[in-house]
Amino acid sequence: MSKLVPIPSTGFLNERDIGQTPVLEATHLGIEFGGLKAVDDFNLTVGRTEIAGLIGPNGAGKTTVFNLLTKVYQPTHGTILLDGIDTHGMNAIQVNKAGIARTFQNIRLFSSLSVEDNVKLGLHNHTHYSTLEGILRLPRYWQEEKRTHERALELLSIFDMQHLANHKAGSLPYGAQRRLEIVRALATEPKLLLLDEPAAGMNPSETEELMENIRKIRDTFQIAILLIEHDMQLVTGICEGIAVLNYGKIIAKGTPKEVINNPDVIRSYLGE
Amino acid sequence: MSLKIMNKTTRSNMITYAMVIIAFVIVQVLIGNGSISSRLQGQLVPICAYIVMAISLNLTVGVLGELSLGHAGFMSAGAFSGIVVASCLSQNTDNEPLILVISMIVGGVVAAIVGFLVGVPVLRLSGDYLAIVTLAFGEIIKGIVNNLYVGLDGSGLHVSLIKNTVEMTDGTMLINGPMGLTTIPRVASFTAGFILILVCLFVIFNLVNSKSGRAIMALRDNRIAAQSVGINVTNYKLMAFVISAAMAGMAGVLFTANFSTVVASKFDFNTSILILVFVVLGGLGNMRGSIIAATVLTVLPEVLRSFSDYRMLVYAIVLIVMMLATNNPTLKQGISMIISKLKGKNSAKGGSANV
Amino acid sequence: MIFLSHLISGISLGSIYAIIALGYTMVYGIAKMLNFAHGDVIMVGAYICFFATMSYGWHPIMGVLLSMVVCTLLGIVIDRLAYKPLRQAPALAVLITAIGMSYFLQNSAQLLWTSSPKVFPSVIGNGSVKLFDGALAIPHVTIVTIVVCLVIMSGLVFFVNKTRVGKSMRAVSEDKSAAQLMGINVNSTISMTFAIGSALAAIAGVLLCSAYPTLTPTTGAMPGIKAFTAAVFGGIGSIPGALVGGILLGIVEIFAKAYISTQLSDAIVFAVLIVVLIVKPTGLLGKKISEKV
Repeated sequence: MSKLVPIPSTGFLNERDIGQTPVLEATHLGIEFGGLKAVDDFNLTVGRTEIAGLIGPNGAGKTTVFNLLTKVYQPTHGTILLDGIDTHGMNAIQVNKAGIARTFQNIRLFSSLSVEDNVKLGLHNHTHYSTLEGILRLPRYWQEEKRTHERALELLSIFDMQHLANHKAGSLPYGAQRRLEIVRALATEPKLLLLDEPAAGMNPSETEELMENIRKIRDTFQIAILLIEHDMQLVTGICEGIAVLNYGKIIAKGTPKEVINNPDVIRSYLGE
Repeated sequence: MSLKIMNKTTRSNMITYAMVIIAFVIVQVLIGNGSISSRLQGQLVPICAYIVMAISLNLTVGVLGELSLGHAGFMSAGAFSGIVVASCLSQNTDNEPLILVISMIVGGVVAAIVGFLVGVPVLRLSGDYLAIVTLAFGEIIKGIVNNLYVGLDGSGLHVSLIKNTVEMTDGTMLINGPMGLTTIPRVASFTAGFILILVCLFVIFNLVNSKSGRAIMALRDNRIAAQSVGINVTNYKLMAFVISAAMAGMAGVLFTANFSTVVASKFDFNTSILILVFVVLGGLGNMRGSIIAATVLTVLPEVLRSFSDYRMLVYAIVLIVMMLATNNPTLKQGISMIISKLKGKNSAKGGSANV
Repeated sequence: MIFLSHLISGISLGSIYAIIALGYTMVYGIAKMLNFAHGDVIMVGAYICFFATMSYGWHPIMGVLLSMVVCTLLGIVIDRLAYKPLRQAPALAVLITAIGMSYFLQNSAQLLWTSSPKVFPSVIGNGSVKLFDGALAIPHVTIVTIVVCLVIMSGLVFFVNKTRVGKSMRAVSEDKSAAQLMGINVNSTISMTFAIGSALAAIAGVLLCSAYPTLTPTTGAMPGIKAFTAAVFGGIGSIPGALVGGILLGIVEIFAKAYISTQLSDAIVFAVLIVVLIVKPTGLLGKKISEKV
C-alpha cells in the first residue's frame, strides 16, 4: 500500500500514481433537488490504480455521488474529468464508453437472462458485428459470438463462476448476484470501477474473499476502483484513500488510519 | 454445458420451424383430397397474416417489453400502400408472385417508415403512456386512411384527402375513402403466407439470439443497468419497434390481397387488441405460443359457428377463464395438481425462459 | 356567437368525457389497471335507464337512480369475479381480462337487447335556453351535463379528501402494502373504487345518450377509449386531471369537427394527445415519477 501525497485542490493522490493523469478528478461537484443540496462541493481525485473508499452515514449522499459520476443524474455544479477528459454533456451511455462502469446498491441484473448473457451484455460494445450480420448469421457473427463466449467465461472465472454460466441471473443467490454485477461491469473494460456496497449481505468469509478479489481485479486489469461500503473492515483493509461524506459534504479525507481517528468522522457516525 | 443450452434454444426454434412446416404440408394434403371446407380454406391466408402479426407484436411486447395497442395501424399502413403498388403493377404484369413480393416489400418499408416516425418521438415514454400513444397512432392512421382517395389512370396516381377531388376520365379508384380498397388484385396465397411466416420467424429468432437481441431484452429487464453498460437504449427500442412494424406491414399486404375489398376500419383498435390477445395467451416472448394461439383463436369462432349468436360470448368467457386459470395462484395450483394427478407422480417443473 | 356555441357544446361533451374519465383514473390510481370494460358499463347504464323509462314508464330520475344501482353492483361483481383473483398477476394479464370482460358485456347486451339501435329519449327534455335575443341557444341537456359534472367533481374531491373512506382510497393508491399495515382493507377499498366509478359511468351513460340519442351495444366503446385518453391527457390517477383532460378533449373534438373536418376529428383529438404526452410525458396534471437508482 503506497503513501498518500497531497495535491492541490482535491486532497490526496497515492504515491504510485503520481505523475500520471488521475483517472478521476471531480471538482466542486454538486446537485440540488428542489433547493435541497444532496451533494455539495464534492472534490475527489482517484489515481490510475488506486482503490479508494467513499464512506459516510446513511443518507449522506454516497450513492448520489455515484449517480453523478455515471450521469444517471446530471450535476448542477462542478466538473468531472475522466482520465483528463471533461464528461460535461455526456449521458450515462457515453460515460460508460468513456470508461466508468458501476454496480448498484439494489442489484440491477438482467434477471431473466442467463449469467453468461449478462456478461455478454457487458461486452456489448466490444462485440463487433452488425444487426444484419447477426440476423443473417454471417461469418463475423460466428467468430465474434465464439470470442465473446470465451471472454465471458474468462471473466466469470475471476469469481470462479464459470459453472453458473447457464443459470438464470435472477435465480442466483444474493452474493453471487453481487459478484455477477461486478463481472458485468468489468466486461465493459472500464478505467474506473464504481462498486456500491459490494459486501452488503455477505458473511465475513465471503467478505474476506471479496476483498481478495477486488485487489486481484485492480492488479490484473490495472484499473482504479472507488467503492461505497459500510463494512469498515473491508474499507480499511483494502482502500488506500478514503473520503467521508456527511450531509452531502466531504468532512474528511486521508488514509484509513487518519480517517477513522478523525473526530469529525467519529462524531458524524455516532451523533453528537 | 454452454453447448447444451445453445442446443436447447436452437432445438426449441427448430421445433417451431418444424411445426410450421408440418402444419403447412398437412393442410396442403387435406386440401388435395378435399377434406377442408371452403370456408376454412378462405381462413388460411388470414390465419397466416394473423400469425405474422402475433409474432411481430410479440417482438415488441414480449421481447422488448413495451405494450403496443396500435399494431393494426402498421398493418393498415402496409396494406394500403402495398395494395396501391400491387394495383399499379397488375396493369403491367400477370406474374402474381412477383406482384405480391414487390407489394409486400413496399408495404413493409412504408410500415417501417411509419414505425420510425412514430417511434422517434414516443419511445422515450414507456409503460401505460407508451401504450396509449400507440393506441392513438393506430386511430390516427385509421382516420387518415379512411379519408384517403387514390385513383389511377393513364397519367398516373391521383391522391386527395377528406374530399374526393380525384378526377379521371378512364381510370379506377384504388382507395375510395371510407369504402376503402375497392379493386384489390387478389394475389395472396397460402404458400406465400407460409413463406412469410418462415421468413419472419427466421428474422426474429436470429435477432433474439444475437448481440442486438440481447440488448433489447436487457433494456426490458433493466433499463438503467443497460445504460450503465453502454447500451444505447433508444436505438434498440426503435430497432425492435421498426422491425415489428415492418412485419406488420407485410402481413397487412398479405391479408388484404386475399379479399377483393377491404375498408380501413378493418384495421382498428379491436384488431390491435385481438392480436395482443394472441400474444398474451401464447405467452410473452414465446413465438411458438403466439403461432398456436393465433391459429386456434382464429379457427375457434368458426368452429363455434354452430353456437351462432353465443360464439362471441363464449369467446369472451374463454378469454377470461384462461387468464384467471393461468394467472391466479390458487387456481394455477389447483390445475397443476389435477394435471399431476392425471399424469401420475411426475409433475415436471418446466422452465420456459427461452424464446 | 357560433364560436361561443361550439365552445359550450365542447365543454358539455367534455363534461361527459370527464365523468367517464373519473372512472378510469380512480381505478388506475388505486388498482394500477386499465379497466377496458368501463366503457361498456356506460352502455349497460344507458340501457337500464332506457328500459326503466320506456318500458316501465318510470320517472327519468328514478331511471337514473336504478341504473346507478345496477351499475354499482355490476362494477363490484366484475371486480370480484374477474379482477380480484388477479391482484398479484402481471399487468398485462389483468388488461386482457378487462378486454375479455368488455367483449362479454358487449355480447351479452347484444343477446339481451339485440344490436338494433334504440332511440334514447332525452331524460332532460328538448328545450333550450335562448340568450342574446335568441342568437345563442343552449339546449337544456348541455346545461344539465355541465352542472352535473361540476357537482360530481366537487363531491368527489370532498369525498376523497375529507372522508375516512376517501382517505383510505388515497392511502391505497399511494402504497398498497403500507396501507394494509395501517389496517386498511385494501380489497374492499378497491371494490369501493369500482363501485363509485361504475355509478358515475351510469350517469355518464344517461347523459351521453341524452345528447347523442342512439343506443347500441357498442355505444360505450368509443367514448370509453376517448375518456381513457382524456384521463391520460390530464394525468392518469389525478381527479382534477380527469376534469381538465375531459373538458379539453371535448373542446378539441368539437372545434376540430366545426373548423377542420368532421371525419378527421378523432384523428386530430388523438394527435393532440400525442403532442401533449411528448411535451409532458405524464399528462397535464400528472405527477412526475422518478425511478430511484
